[in-house]
Amino acid sequence: MPVESVYSRLEPLLPLVRKPVQYVGGELNSVVTDWDAAEVRWALMYPDAYEIGLPNQGIQILYEILNESDGVLAERTYSVWPDLEALMREHGIPQFTVDAHRPVRAFDVLGVSFATELGYTNLLTALDLAAIPLAAADRAAGDPVVLAGGHAAFNPEPIAEFLDGAVLGDGEQAALTISALIRGWKRAGRPGGRDGLLAALAAEGGVYVPRFYDVDYLPDGRIQRVAPNRPEAPYSIAKHTVMDLDAWQYPSKPIVPVAESVHERFSVEIFRGCTRGCRFCQAGMITRPVRERSITTIGDMVERGLAASGLDEVGLLSLSSADHSEINEIATGLADRYEGTNVGLSLPSTRVDAFNVTLADELSRNGRRSGLTFAPEGGSERIRKVINKMVTEEDLIRTVTTAYASGWRQVKLYFMCGLPTETDEDVLAVARLAREVIKAGRQASGRRDIRCTVSIGAFVPKPHTPFQWAGQCDRQTVDERLSKLGAALRSDPAYGKAVGYRYHDGKPAIIEGLLSRGDRRVAKVIKAAWADGARFDGWTEHFSFDRWARCAAQALAADGVDLDWYTTREREYSEVLPWDHLDAGLDRDWLWQDWQDAIDPAGAAEVDDCRWTPCYDCGVCPTMGTEIQTGPTGARLLPLTVAGAQSPAMSAQGTVARGPVAPAEGPGV
Amino acid sequence: MRFASHRDIARAVERGVRRAGLPIAYSAGFTPHPKISYAGAAPTGTASEAEYLELSLTEVCAVGDVRDGLDAALPDGIDVIDVTEEAGSLGANAAEASQWEVVLPGVGPEQAAMAVEAFLATDTVEVERLTSKGLRRMDARAAVVTMKTDRRATGERNAGYAILRMVVRHMTPAVRPDDILAALRHVAALAPSSPPLVTRLAQGPLAVMTASAAEAHVQGLAQGQKETTRPGALTVHETGTLPASAYDQLLRGAAGSLRTHAPGSLTGEYPDARNRAERQ
Repeated sequence: MPVESVYSRLEPLLPLVRKPVQYVGGELNSVVTDWDAAEVRWALMYPDAYEIGLPNQGIQILYEILNESDGVLAERTYSVWPDLEALMREHGIPQFTVDAHRPVRAFDVLGVSFATELGYTNLLTALDLAAIPLAAADRAAGDPVVLAGGHAAFNPEPIAEFLDGAVLGDGEQAALTISALIRGWKRAGRPGGRDGLLAALAAEGGVYVPRFYDVDYLPDGRIQRVAPNRPEAPYSIAKHTVMDLDAWQYPSKPIVPVAESVHERFSVEIFRGCTRGCRFCQAGMITRPVRERSITTIGDMVERGLAASGLDEVGLLSLSSADHSEINEIATGLADRYEGTNVGLSLPSTRVDAFNVTLADELSRNGRRSGLTFAPEGGSERIRKVINKMVTEEDLIRTVTTAYASGWRQVKLYFMCGLPTETDEDVLAVARLAREVIKAGRQASGRRDIRCTVSIGAFVPKPHTPFQWAGQCDRQTVDERLSKLGAALRSDPAYGKAVGYRYHDGKPAIIEGLLSRGDRRVAKVIKAAWADGARFDGWTEHFSFDRWARCAAQALAADGVDLDWYTTREREYSEVLPWDHLDAGLDRDWLWQDWQDAIDPAGAAEVDDCRWTPCYDCGVCPTMGTEIQTGPTGARLLPLTVAGAQSPAMSAQGTVARGPVAPAEGPGV
Repeated sequence: MRFASHRDIARAVERGVRRAGLPIAYSAGFTPHPKISYAGAAPTGTASEAEYLELSLTEVCAVGDVRDGLDAALPDGIDVIDVTEEAGSLGANAAEASQWEVVLPGVGPEQAAMAVEAFLATDTVEVERLTSKGLRRMDARAAVVTMKTDRRATGERNAGYAILRMVVRHMTPAVRPDDILAALRHVAALAPSSPPLVTRLAQGPLAVMTASAAEAHVQGLAQGQKETTRPGALTVHETGTLPASAYDQLLRGAAGSLRTHAPGSLTGEYPDARNRAERQ
């Protein structure tokens, strides 16, 4: 039976809401498939506003892979803003997809990609609007299987109650495997009902099904054990890793919205994974090993993506883009190819390294040379050793000197506050660093109108990192240090106007900390906060710390734990962590040793990158059966016959695609 | 496209131009922009069957190729209807007025007719609108050249809605259909049960709009001066048909098949929007 579109009921409401164009779909390269022609139907959700969710790489990749797969249909759905939510409730309109405006509840799977834990309440809104029971246990045959993916899915325990399953790691192959299992189950007459499908997904699909695991607690509130309660459920669930990114050239037909979105560019992931070993960085820990795309594949993808989208900016995406073994050749090749065409090239997530400036110079040949961003993360040499961010002050000064000398006017520096072992002095060192940067910049450029912006946010310890045992810095301390830093930055009139200061206070970080390292009991807090009106918690204007603190205090009272217990409490080696049964491949003892090395009172020990030093046994490759895949290949990019022009020749297609995770911005501040 | 803002449309057109591989000219300067100019963009929330824009190309292209290539490259909901080579007339002279169609849900034809009568009988109707430049007052009555109810569409059966047709002069500050609806509410307490559906059917010289003479309008467009760097002027057709809209069905049901939106460049039975508008 065809499923009816809700658009005819939605349209009369759209003139009443803000930015209605975000709800109408019809984007270039979006796909509407005949409902009855598909056997397996996915609704893919990014649990934030359309303008944020649309450019998400993970969703775009899975959308394309699934829609290319025979008998599979995928549509997209995003969080609706509270103005439309209220109208939808008033008029009985369910959560819908933007492609064909079909009700989400009609689909077989609702796949939700969580880049951040602050999207959890938006999941509840979507489920509720869709008329899908919030608790997975209450769902019946007519409800979709609700799956979570993305970085936050590496500890899905706080939302375990609301999920039927979670997929760890790269989603390209996993999505196809899940589709095949659902198809097989349907064709076989749905053996075992919903439970039978979940058992198959757990046994053969590599899907973590939370209800197949029981969690027991100790009297003091810590977890006693997490154990499977079904034979189909493995003791530990391994992440999915896609090898050979050249075989998965997605997105190839990026979805281009009519509405404005946060990234108006075509992004190509030039490699996945990072082994720099920054101890705070969850992305770097859970996406190992490094797997590069070859220079020729990158060139092909850029060419095809621009032709298919009409976009005029290319982002070379990864966790640390300058680390590609042939980045110089890629940058030069693309710059040559698109010289004079008004196609802009950008390199997000670069390290503090003068070489990066050379690259940026190369990529900005066409003129736009406004600002460069670097992330030293820590203000003092000592704290940078603690986090294993191997950047010296000399490196930084050399880097910014090169930047200002070659015409860049503004440098933005990212830092974190509240790192393990941090003192006021470590944070105040940021002010001194900023002054040195301006001094070097004025000297190098011979001008006084250069600027440096300091951007600093509170550190949140994340699962599957060496800092997963750390006590999170309390918000009062963070806020005090941020205000001291502000005063220090303003104190010297010679530099006051040249230095900008942006910071995020410590309140949202504490809630993010609760949701990041929480266990299943935190679900009660999420539900209470949502019922109390929490929506779009990643947005300052919507986030309410007081609401979360109040809901946490009430919901957790009976369990003898509280907000501090989940956040500022340091964990011991022996404590069972809520995500210990979820395997990112990292050896637990290696993580612990790295944590100990970080906080060694005699000074932190540093870890090198395994791409150019011997393996240090983090455990990922042997556990996951993977290996480092890097160049150089020696190949070079050839100029196109007519760069950027000519009608799209959409011939060469890769076979299948790649995963749900959008590494985008690097460190998880 | 009804809900797309002018900025949204402009961005989509820029991308469409690049996707189609048209040799678009760029402005000089620090951040070069493609040279595309628009005439009298329809307000956000209204559909349009008659938008005009002008492309400056760096080499002469066949108009048919430009039309087909750009039409294929634009998102669904924006159709390129016609491309003419002689351009330069997108200015205020050519587009002096627009024909609008307004569907008023929950308003009976009699009620609508009385409201129109009351509105036309007034000399001025002041309305206010908050613009980026602050609260502006304007005379909605002065902008309206003609206004009538379309009884052919709604007369047969009492469908629970009324249709207005009006010719509105382009003024500064612009008087938008919204403002005229506010004026109708003011003079005749006209209150649709849900937001009215507004569509621009045509725009052009005042006399032409009033007479609904489409051929003359085409000439009006062609009269401007030639510039060698500006070989192309486009008519871009925005439809409200994606996804199929309830309102659209409403209209089709009422007016027969005349409004069926042919996809693409409408080269077949209905050569362009103006002719289609006339046939109704």
